[in-house]
Amino acid sequence: MSARFEPITGRYLHLDIEGVPHRVYVEEAGQGIPLLCLHTAGSDTRQFRGVMNDARVRERFRVIAFDMPWHGKSSPPAGWQNDEYRLTTRGYAAQVLAICEALELERPVVMGCSIGGRIVLQLALDHPRRFRAAIGLQSGAHVDPYYDVSWLHRPDVHGGEVCAGVVSGLIGPNAPDAERWETLWHYMQGGPGVFKGDLYFYKIDGDIREKIAAIDTSLCPLYLLSGEYDYSCTPAETLDFAARVPGAQATIMSGLGHFPMSEDPQRFLSYLHPVLDRIR
Amino acid sequence: MSEMVGWLDRLVKAVNEDPHLTQRGRHVDCLMLVDTGATQHLLDIRRGRIESLSHGPFVMPRWDLALRAPLDEWLAFWAPLPAPGHHDVFALIKRRVLRVEGNLHPFMANLFYFKAVLAAPRPAQPMPADIAGALQ
Repeated sequence: MSARFEPITGRYLHLDIEGVPHRVYVEEAGQGIPLLCLHTAGSDTRQFRGVMNDARVRERFRVIAFDMPWHGKSSPPAGWQNDEYRLTTRGYAAQVLAICEALELERPVVMGCSIGGRIVLQLALDHPRRFRAAIGLQSGAHVDPYYDVSWLHRPDVHGGEVCAGVVSGLIGPNAPDAERWETLWHYMQGGPGVFKGDLYFYKIDGDIREKIAAIDTSLCPLYLLSGEYDYSCTPAETLDFAARVPGAQATIMSGLGHFPMSEDPQRFLSYLHPVLDRIR
Repeated sequence: MSEMVGWLDRLVKAVNEDPHLTQRGRHVDCLMLVDTGATQHLLDIRRGRIESLSHGPFVMPRWDLALRAPLDEWLAFWAPLPAPGHHDVFALIKRRVLRVEGNLHPFMANLFYFKAVLAAPRPAQPMPADIAGALQ
């Protein structure tokens, strides 16, 4: 194989989020309509490598992804050692809006998966005019706890192993092996307590079941793409959700699980292209 | 005797013949009870190898970890291409059809190992129709 660079570039952005200085790692590829991508809990922007490397997407879209603070190559803010990390709705929305402002993105499309899929709902609800469209991957309004998350952060259990072990079954059974284990590797590299801290938003603070019917899809079109094998955000929940939000468009992705863009990028793109084609 | 015996024999063979899996479980020493409600089965795991498999009924079983799910759920879990919701032990836990009880520390600390052990008897998956079609 001859050596080659991918068309993705990454840089570090210094900005304040809720008045706190941060150094955030941002990747981008392509030109055109800004498409801001939000990764899942406990992972990082590498999940969107398939989307960024896709020539058809890059033709019309400037794809941007950032590692959330505490994730990937974005450090926690100074003083982190004295904090227990906990993601909240307010803090997460502030991150996304701060990035949009710092990069001067004009009405970007916002696409997020899992916790990212949850926050795009909140953004569509609270800031519909700031976004051209919202794409929720594995987007649910709420998830009932189904295991004890305290196992994810304790000194006598390896955090990387247990976080990846917990999420491993969320990947569709026919995902290509290399992409499956790449996806799990991202989880294995997460910092101590970060996945658990993200789940505070996903399972507790970010419950928006009572609010979703107020999303105005005439101002911010909402597309939902959910993998068939996801038992965290199930297809049934996605379809129920779509039925409660007038104008929301839901598609169930056959064979895919909770990390569609990362576990099987090519199969995911076959579902994403038709959605992107509708966005002008 | 229950259909479980054949499946668990298959599990023991698959685990003990997989050097990567036994290496992954090299720190696991655990008595694991598998309970379908109708039948009970005890696996003695030592350093990642399954040293013995015994079948109930047991008078005074001693175990570290118990996994309880009906036979139908185990059979659906071991289908070559399990249906959504049947494909992972956590999917079974979420549907409240599998209970994992006892000392969960070895289970959670070696989760990849236990997931692979429990899935070990599953036959190789058939190639999905769309991929097989593309290759023809």
